[in-house]
Amino acid sequence: MSRLTPSVSDSDHRAGPDEAPVTLVEYGDYECPHCGRADPIVREIRRRMDRRLRFVFRNFPLVEMHPHAGHAAEAAEAAASQGRFWEMHDMLFEHQVALEDSDLIRYAKNLALDAGRVKEELAAGTHASRVRQDFRSGVRSGVNGTPTFFINGTRHDGSWELDALLDALERAAKGGPRSESV
Amino acid sequence: MTTPRLSTGMPAPDFTLPSTPDQKLRLSELRGRPVILAFYPADWSPVCGDQMALYNELRQEFARFNAWLLGISVDGVWCHAAFAVDRKLHFPLLADFEPKGEVARRYGVYRPEDGFCERALFVIDADGVVRWSYVSPVGVNPGADGILEALEKLGTGKAKR
Repeated sequence: MSRLTPSVSDSDHRAGPDEAPVTLVEYGDYECPHCGRADPIVREIRRRMDRRLRFVFRNFPLVEMHPHAGHAAEAAEAAASQGRFWEMHDMLFEHQVALEDSDLIRYAKNLALDAGRVKEELAAGTHASRVRQDFRSGVRSGVNGTPTFFINGTRHDGSWELDALLDALERAAKGGPRSESV
Repeated sequence: MTTPRLSTGMPAPDFTLPSTPDQKLRLSELRGRPVILAFYPADWSPVCGDQMALYNELRQEFARFNAWLLGISVDGVWCHAAFAVDRKLHFPLLADFEPKGEVARRYGVYRPEDGFCERALFVIDADGVVRWSYVSPVGVNPGADGILEALEKLGTGKAKR
């Protein structure tokens, strides 16, 4: 059984309470159309489960297939360094077809970030190692494509359509709070 | 006839298969380095980030262990060539095409009822011995965590955790 390695920590992008009974981790790629389709499903699930769910996003850019995915992930990390990860994350999924560097910088401006700094950090590859670290953790965890979800640390091999994913999460929630530490 | 799946510690049966329309690859020629042999049902799987595309993205990770990566299915060389170009794959895809599925049968991972092979992974050490194998349900992409763990256990690589 493929297990999330390493488990969720303070260095992860987390939304929702740390003490929530269920943690959903997504390994995703901002240029992947399947991830784009999964994004509103995840948002709806977060809305419905509210405080009972903690959502974590880790980068898994498939850069051979998606040439813009690497920089898009770095742009999200650049936004994170300015405290605005989720805003950029949402922005990228809403604009999957426009992910050139100039677009990424424009989104940073639209979000009132220090866009000059984002531009410099993209050019310097400041956040590339963080993205690579996420990618490697995904490989070790058994990520087998994008998106790949983990529910309380276990890879979810079933459907991620709204009803199926929600059902799996609710079942995990009934199991009570579970430690992810291995 | 399908033989039972090869188990750990057995020598990997040697074979020669086309890797491109005008080249052939013989397994035993790769001795001296570990080999990842990834059987998969068919080219042109409809999902993004399918198994071969994923492994393609992981070439750097496998290279840390100095390992060869070979994909193998019953598709013919021209089909493999088109698939590799389309998905920008940078590792050999072997055509187990004639006699169809012969190598898969010898590794015990052919599905005669379907006419293609299992999603089966073999990690073969530098001496040609099977050190790890795994058969995934056909619909489930096995990822690469098992391969990397097996390569780490070989201890021949330069990689550190």
